[in-house]
Amino acid sequence: MSFDEIYNITLMQGFAGLSLFAVLLLMGLGLAIIFGQMGVINMAHGEFMTIGAYTIFLLSTLTESYAPGLMQAYFPFAIVCAFIVAFIFGWLAEWALIRHLYKRPLDTLLATWGLSLAMQQAFRTLIGPKEVSPTLPDWLMGSWEVTEGLDIPINGMFVLALTLLVTGGVLLALYKSRWGLRVRATVANRAMANATGINTTRTDRVTFAIGCGIAGVAGAAFTTIGSTGPTSGSLYIVDAFLVVTFGGAASLWGTVVSAFGIAQTQSISEFFLSGSMAKVLTLLLIVTILMLRPQGLFASKVRR
Amino acid sequence: MDALKTWLDRSGLASIAILAVLLLVVFPLAMDSFRLNLVGKYLTYGFVAIGLVMLWGYGGVLSLGQGVFFGLGGYAMAMFLKLEASDPQSTAIQSTPGIPDFMDWNQLTALPLWWEPFNSFGFTLSAVVAVPVLLAFVISYAMFKRRVGGVYFAIITQAVALILTVLIIGQQGYTGGVNGMTDLKTLLGWDIRSDEAKTVLYFVTTALLLAAVLLCRWIQLSKLGTLLLAMRDKEDRVRFSGYDVSMFKVFAFCLAAALSAIGGALFTLQVGFMSPTLIGIVPSIEMVIFAAVGGRMSLVGAVYGALLVNFGKTYFSETFPDLWLFLMAALFIGVVMAFPNGLAGLYESHVKPWLARRKGGAAEAGGPPAGTPGEAGQQAAAPIASPGPSASPAAPHSTPAVAADPGLGLGTKVSSQSA
Amino acid sequence: MSDQHLPSSQRRKFMLGAAALPLALAMSRIGHAAALPTAQVNTTGLAVTDTEVVVGQLHSATGTMAISETGSIQAEQLAIDQINAMGGILGRKIRVIKEDGASDWPTFAEKSRKLLVNDKVATVFGCWTSASRKAVLPIFEKENGLLYYPTFYEGLEQSKNVIYTGQEATQQILYGLDWAKQEKSAKTFFLIGSDYIWPRTSMKIARKHVEAFQGGKIVGEEYYPLGHTNFNSLINKIKIAKPDCIFAAVVGGSNVAFYKQLKAAGITGAKQFLLTLSVTEDEMLGVGGENFAGFYSSMKYFQSLDNANNKAFVEAFKKAYGPKAVIGDVTQAAYLGPWLWKAAVEKAGSFDVDKVVAASPGIELPTAPEGYVKIHENHHLYSKARIAEGQPDGSFKVVAESPELMVPDPFPKGYQ
Repeated sequence: MSFDEIYNITLMQGFAGLSLFAVLLLMGLGLAIIFGQMGVINMAHGEFMTIGAYTIFLLSTLTESYAPGLMQAYFPFAIVCAFIVAFIFGWLAEWALIRHLYKRPLDTLLATWGLSLAMQQAFRTLIGPKEVSPTLPDWLMGSWEVTEGLDIPINGMFVLALTLLVTGGVLLALYKSRWGLRVRATVANRAMANATGINTTRTDRVTFAIGCGIAGVAGAAFTTIGSTGPTSGSLYIVDAFLVVTFGGAASLWGTVVSAFGIAQTQSISEFFLSGSMAKVLTLLLIVTILMLRPQGLFASKVRR
Repeated sequence: MDALKTWLDRSGLASIAILAVLLLVVFPLAMDSFRLNLVGKYLTYGFVAIGLVMLWGYGGVLSLGQGVFFGLGGYAMAMFLKLEASDPQSTAIQSTPGIPDFMDWNQLTALPLWWEPFNSFGFTLSAVVAVPVLLAFVISYAMFKRRVGGVYFAIITQAVALILTVLIIGQQGYTGGVNGMTDLKTLLGWDIRSDEAKTVLYFVTTALLLAAVLLCRWIQLSKLGTLLLAMRDKEDRVRFSGYDVSMFKVFAFCLAAALSAIGGALFTLQVGFMSPTLIGIVPSIEMVIFAAVGGRMSLVGAVYGALLVNFGKTYFSETFPDLWLFLMAALFIGVVMAFPNGLAGLYESHVKPWLARRKGGAAEAGGPPAGTPGEAGQQAAAPIASPGPSASPAAPHSTPAVAADPGLGLGTKVSSQSA
Repeated sequence: MSDQHLPSSQRRKFMLGAAALPLALAMSRIGHAAALPTAQVNTTGLAVTDTEVVVGQLHSATGTMAISETGSIQAEQLAIDQINAMGGILGRKIRVIKEDGASDWPTFAEKSRKLLVNDKVATVFGCWTSASRKAVLPIFEKENGLLYYPTFYEGLEQSKNVIYTGQEATQQILYGLDWAKQEKSAKTFFLIGSDYIWPRTSMKIARKHVEAFQGGKIVGEEYYPLGHTNFNSLINKIKIAKPDCIFAAVVGGSNVAFYKQLKAAGITGAKQFLLTLSVTEDEMLGVGGENFAGFYSSMKYFQSLDNANNKAFVEAFKKAYGPKAVIGDVTQAAYLGPWLWKAAVEKAGSFDVDKVVAASPGIELPTAPEGYVKIHENHHLYSKARIAEGQPDGSFKVVAESPELMVPDPFPKGYQ
């Protein structure tokens, strides 16, 4: 193998790690808010991603039949819609279920598990049991051929850019906005937050809905790289929880770092080992580190 | 007589006896061999559920990886049965006769060394319990010593379940992969596929399950049970009193693992195969749901929970093939939202006071006395249970020491109400 | 290779007979049927009355496998409806009991026992994955049931109680590899599969064939866990190995991710030859035509097959399930099940499993959408192998077809 080839492969492998990082971070981000900040174990998180993916599919079908001329432009608009749709469903779920269970976090797991079963069956009944494939605009497909033998996937770059945008937005909102202040106050001390005039009930609902909305965006982005079907969400849910837990549940930065670490470990070990063994190795590493450092990479300063 | 009744109420033996009658007499008489075998299969999940009552309800530690131990127990038993089913005559068609078929498909030409001990039934029986308990000890010792608890522990056990599944599927030459170990035929020459065998296995399962319930009840009533509860509610106080909290938790986790493993081994025997779909995250969460539906504080309730959820699954999916998932979802959500303590909690908070009121009214009107309200209530919990006296034969099993322990949880409430 | 094919003279004889068969069959059997009392056609206590025969259908309507199995459910139902419209079997209408395996192997075992023991069904159409078939197989053998299994699978199995209507591994693989060598001059192969028995066995056979019989070379062999969605590292490995042919058997949700990421990495049909064993029209819905255009799939059936049987089948299927419905290889194989059972029952003059099984070898189905099939002694089907190229609109264009029917060989000598 020539030097050029090794150079190209190294670059592409580096990008493979980055794009897996983007995927893991994007799916972990919504959960980091819901699970990390609010302590709700949302087993239906994957299904909120699926809602986002189906939103893209429905909009692409509508665009294709009613406004074929807009096919190149609908995608960014559809992602916003995915956020809104998932936000609304998240709002409803919080109102109907979650708000009754804040005092019993482990019970949220059971209730949301039931919710995920119901949502999967709803997708199956309403949209159909088979997988679907939204038609993507041409500019999202294929690769950017930098030089001969060096291809950078465009969808990978798109997901990476979107992830950075969303992450930046969430960090900014959480640490610089009024809403973020209220969320952090509620997480730190609910009773005191209430006493200072923060409407914690409303804060909770908006926070949960935003977490679900971000899941919707993740699902929308994943239509470019993965499958869209009634059970697609279940492909992501465990990885999402691992990312958040590994990073230290209460820390958003922890989620970012852990997504990066897990992505690089898995991507590199997959390159040198077989796929299944790479997965086992990555998971073993995560569990071992979690055993040694149970609070995750970035611990919150509060010790319970 | 009153003392005996009070004691019965407190120890919960009456409800256990009713469960025993239901499982040993009513079900076998009322059901054909196919349905009875199904119940037998559900009861193997009952082992996991009562393990979770000890671990989660009493110990306050939620594990989302009980499938791991269920699976390990089941796989240990399956390995023994698979070796017995793979004698050179019945595998003559393979390129290497005498080894399990999936090994042959994966180009193994000799039995791996670590399979050899599973030729021995004695070794297999000890491995069924020992291997899962050892793993449980390693996982929990490391974590509880570092005071990992709550949600973290749950997520880590979930990761363990995922690792084991990927590992078993990836090493299919040694484990059978996704297919699992299928086509298990005989146990020490005894055909486990016949109807008679399935009936015998049903009774074995039931007997072991009842024994396990009694054992757990005994632990609950002992000092250890008191400590577990105390630890769940105020861990630090127990620690400051000089107890090694982590070792109690390790014990509870190992106990739950051992029970799950026994359930797994019995599952293999009854169903005739073992597969990784019983290990992963989904079955592990379902197992938690059995305990939650039944009531995480009640051993007997957990068994009913396992029966009810699985019966619901079977019945709904046979009757409403298109809607059954919605019904299951409604069941889970409904239980969590409306009855956080499950069926047992529902019974405690609604059925029992209602029965007590009725009883009170009847007594005033001069109706014939028919046992204490507590007893009557417990019969109502099991719709087709036989009359009260069945509870008394169970009494002699007790020891005064157990009865002398302070009553906990359900027991105290009952006696105060009957007084 | 010659032993893989039927002598052409024999085949011509089949085809001649086939043309005259359907009418003759239909005429003779109806008269035959009414004369047979239930006591005679059912001596083993199956659920058969004077007007009705009960069969079971056991697929995953829920869970991860529902994506794939839905087509089979629909096709079997369509065949049964058509048979009922023609007057049923031996004068009896077919009634179906549907059970949901829920993508869970123990559930499959439970439901199959329910169908056989409780409902006493005359036959079962069902299962999709190898794991589900392995889970129910001992039950079918113990209770002496009859299963029509539609999926292409790894072989290494032959049961008295199962009729396999899909291709076993050698039927699907060998022709494809030979074609790859001759038409695409492929010498180096990169093997990729999901991590379970079917891809691993298929790849074992492929490796043997390439290395021992073709003088080619395997430059990589990789397996990924089911449900894996990130293939970028794998794609880099492929780029290093530079195989003439990527030979893939990736299934489920992974399939979609695999092709989308291949396309994104610049590996397209225009630049790279790829042959797969696991993409049918059903998978294409999820993968998207634009991601698979120019790649090749090896199957026995494609929806675009140009023959009269298939045209009628496609039309009936779309009429029943909507104009957008697609038909994949397994869907067609599932459609064969009820028809093969009908032919065997009528030949046996009985619903008894033993008699139906005894009558099955040699049963021909000249009306099969894939053209013509015949049941071999080993309970698999003689059928043709075909290669088709994926089109941007998600359809397949058939580019090659084995000249003869491939003989099913579930225990291939020299490939173990």
